[in-house]
Amino acid sequence: MWNRARDILSSLLLTELLKGLALTGRFMFARKVTVFFPEEKTPQSARFRGLHALRRYPNGEERCIACKLCEAVCPALAITIESELRQDGTRRTTRYDIDLTKCIFCGFCEESCPVDSIVETRILEYHGEARGDLYYTKPVLLAIGDRYEAQIAADRAEDARYR
Amino acid sequence: MTQWIGAAQDMLQGWFGPVWGTHAWSLAKSLAGIVAVLVPLLLTVLYYQLVERWVIGWIQVRKGPNRVGWKGVMQPIADAIKLLMKERIVPTGASKGLFFLAPIIAVAPALGVWAVVPFAPGWVIADVDAGLLVVLALSSMGVYGIIIAGWASNSKYAFLGAMRSAAQVVAYEIAMGFALVGAIMAGQSLNLTEIVMRQDGRYGFLEWFWLPLLPFFVVYFIAGLAETNRHPFDVAEGESELVAGFHVEYSGMTFAVFFLAEYANMILVSTVASLLFLGGWLSPFPAAWGLLGAPGIGWLAVKIAFFMFLFLWVRASFPRYRYDQIMRLGWKVFIPVTLVWIAVTGVMMLEPLASTAPFSIWFGK
Repeated sequence: MWNRARDILSSLLLTELLKGLALTGRFMFARKVTVFFPEEKTPQSARFRGLHALRRYPNGEERCIACKLCEAVCPALAITIESELRQDGTRRTTRYDIDLTKCIFCGFCEESCPVDSIVETRILEYHGEARGDLYYTKPVLLAIGDRYEAQIAADRAEDARYR
Repeated sequence: MTQWIGAAQDMLQGWFGPVWGTHAWSLAKSLAGIVAVLVPLLLTVLYYQLVERWVIGWIQVRKGPNRVGWKGVMQPIADAIKLLMKERIVPTGASKGLFFLAPIIAVAPALGVWAVVPFAPGWVIADVDAGLLVVLALSSMGVYGIIIAGWASNSKYAFLGAMRSAAQVVAYEIAMGFALVGAIMAGQSLNLTEIVMRQDGRYGFLEWFWLPLLPFFVVYFIAGLAETNRHPFDVAEGESELVAGFHVEYSGMTFAVFFLAEYANMILVSTVASLLFLGGWLSPFPAAWGLLGAPGIGWLAVKIAFFMFLFLWVRASFPRYRYDQIMRLGWKVFIPVTLVWIAVTGVMMLEPLASTAPFSIWFGK
């Protein structure tokens, strides 16, 4: 009886609503957490999984040996590989395509690679303007690897002691 | 100032002769008044929208728009230009005439009401005796724009939004009307200027009607939220279930006009609440305090700004009501509360009470 009366009184006096307004009112003066993206960026982990790249050995030989483990493990079936036997008797890819519109950036390809060839870099600001622009082929992936090799190597070295 | 006005009057009378000159003068006076009210109003609407985004941003621990111009102050201009340039798409099955008529029906009353709203003693375009009745009548006209928009769009989402809006406005119109009845009783007039002047007195803000009519004050503001289809009563738009409600099919300028009507109505509800319950242009301080105690349009602006801020604060704080809860609140809570308080106000105004201690402040005049 008294509880019910108190409930009715408190809802008539809008106490709950005023409490809610007070809470949001306090947050109005709280420090703002907005990050102004192109100028400011949040810190990234060395393990960040962004755009893919294919790496080379220091002597310029491509690492990938066309074992197709990444193709097999890829849950989104985004990787397509074709290979051939080269003149010097080693097996290399003739085709290494990643469809980034299918890719879910799980990182399994990088985990499965026995020679650390396919890696995911920190790069996240890339885009395509036409259908097919996000279908990355072997030369493109190798070019990305060549360009960002220093960053890629540094990130692998930083993460190596946890593996 | 006065001699300039006199000179203008003489000039018009010189041009049009004694009979037509008088009419021309009254027409020119009204036109000047309309411009003087509508231009600041439209600018307020434009920037209210930016302030809304800022305030909601701050409450959500963000910093709202700040890219266009200094700290984002050009944002509304950019938005307006964008909306003006966009294509107006008419759905294939739409009733074309009504489709374009609907935003006009929505915006015309929202702007027209301002004719009877006083900003200071004598600062009113049309000093109608039943000003409050005009406000009530015109502000409930706006819902026809919404209903016609929903029907003419020939879309189920728009139609559902319009039906919801119609039911909601009918429910809250009654509670709002009763709340205004309280203000009419206390103010003993239907003229907005007179209701404000009744709140004048020695005690400053204690003289205002918000204190004896507190339930009406609260009900009026919440019904105003519902009436303008604002959060937490914006089921007529209801993004999550109705996409955008009655204006799904509108784009470009036709959409902008609905937007304008909604914001003009919010400012109107804020203004009427300040006039009826917070003493309009009267100062909150006792008259003896000199400049601080002097009435002025600045006080009215402060009070309107407070209510306009409250609109945004409420929007940022509360989740949307479920539809049946809105109906329950309107019919089963607000109408009984206002009915009871009309009786209480009546008792407070009866003679033995009206001239005794606390009640004489408001009703003893």
